[in-house]
Amino acid sequence: MTIEASNLSFRYGDKPVLREVSFALTSGRFHALLGPNGAGKSTLFGLLTRLLALQQGDIFMAGQSLKKQPADAMRQIGVVFQQNALDLDLTVRQNLQYHAALHGLSRKEARARGDRELERFSLLDRANDAVRQLNGGHRRRVEIARALLHEPSLLLLDEPTVGLDVASRKALNEHVRTLCKEDDLTVLWATHLIEEVRAEDRVLILHQGQLLADGKGQAICETAGTRDLAETFHSLTGAG
Amino acid sequence: MKAAHYWHCFVGIQTREWLRFWQQRTRFASALVRPLLWLVVFAAGFRAVLGISIIPPYQTYITYETYIAPGLCGMIILFNSMQGALSMVYDRELGSMRVLLMSPLPRPFLLVTKLLAMGVVSIGQVYVFLLLALLMDVEPPLWGYLAVLPALILTSLMLGALGLLIATWIKQLENFAGVMNFVIFPMFFMSSALYPLWRMNEASPWLYWICQFNPFTHAVEAIRFSLYLEWNPMAYGITAGVTVFLVSFATAGFRPQRTKILGGKPA
Repeated sequence: MTIEASNLSFRYGDKPVLREVSFALTSGRFHALLGPNGAGKSTLFGLLTRLLALQQGDIFMAGQSLKKQPADAMRQIGVVFQQNALDLDLTVRQNLQYHAALHGLSRKEARARGDRELERFSLLDRANDAVRQLNGGHRRRVEIARALLHEPSLLLLDEPTVGLDVASRKALNEHVRTLCKEDDLTVLWATHLIEEVRAEDRVLILHQGQLLADGKGQAICETAGTRDLAETFHSLTGAG
Repeated sequence: MKAAHYWHCFVGIQTREWLRFWQQRTRFASALVRPLLWLVVFAAGFRAVLGISIIPPYQTYITYETYIAPGLCGMIILFNSMQGALSMVYDRELGSMRVLLMSPLPRPFLLVTKLLAMGVVSIGQVYVFLLLALLMDVEPPLWGYLAVLPALILTSLMLGALGLLIATWIKQLENFAGVMNFVIFPMFFMSSALYPLWRMNEASPWLYWICQFNPFTHAVEAIRFSLYLEWNPMAYGITAGVTVFLVSFATAGFRPQRTKILGGKPA
């Protein structure tokens, strides 16, 4: 599925947060949205998920406008938010069933899909545990499993590794890359951690609300005349 | 989206609210302490001060406990709705709200279903309160328990929508203490929950008119009349009208960016 953001601008009151951001995501590929804190990544995610109303520009999912056909577009999106969005007191399965119900799935269907996803994530034996009993890495996996329940074509992850240790961060990143290949899933992974991005990834660098670079990691480095992404990121944003 | 999708979504939201209720049942039980204190202690103290004459829907002289019981039912819903609405957009429920708003179903449907689910839990508490009130000789007719249900549903929707409106649009009232001082207490005290309005009219005509314009007064009267199997078209009509208005306004005007749902400070 193609995803296209066209000319997105957004302001909180007088303060512009995004300025004429346009990009297109390639179907079935892993994309990294790289930007220092305050670059506008969460605002962009807010627009992509409809938590923020579009002020200028539009987003198209498989040609469907988020402005004009929000329901059709929303069916295509799975989201993992930066902050925990699981109900800690409920079990893993109850959390998944709540999400499935919100997407109109019956209990039977929800259970079948939920178990399938949990098995894939090696979490089926924890299905009846309260989320509170899970460690940070496992909670994140549950959130990803949940985001995939309604079989979206686009998976958005907003700094999903925040609060995880290095090993869990690496494992989660690897896991999502595998999903991307297995499910032909388009992934947009927002982060400010350069080590989560590979040179062969499509990289979008956002800084102060502007898209400073958009292309393959290697190509961006070549254009910028730098040795690696870390140096590019630093020279473009002054961060890293 | 087909009707079945809406139905599964509706059931899912209700189920989650009950699961949470069950998880936090001690908290909900402690929420009953407040109205019971009013019924047992406050009413005992005021019984001697306030004489209640025979007024509809009552057929005979009644105790003060009997008079304030419907108002306390309204109070349970009032506190729960405000607390629930605030937690929807400010703290405990943020994660669940993010997930809720990712649903492809129309937002007004999702929000009304959520308000209704919160209301159902409040109504459960009202019934437990009414059962306990039997110990204080508050004994409405048996069918009254069923007849009061529509009034309770309307009241919970009305107050839930009001809470959502306030929590979304009035940043100054983002904590419960503020809402308590500026919304809950004025609504509760300037209503017919604790005293009949004719008494208020004797004390101060302008206060009487404020009470008349307070939708909570009419919600309490709708609860009172239906609990005693009497029909009060004005109370019902005003409660229903205000409910439709507030629910439309709160759901159509809902802006996640004015809350903390996206994360960070509300804009």
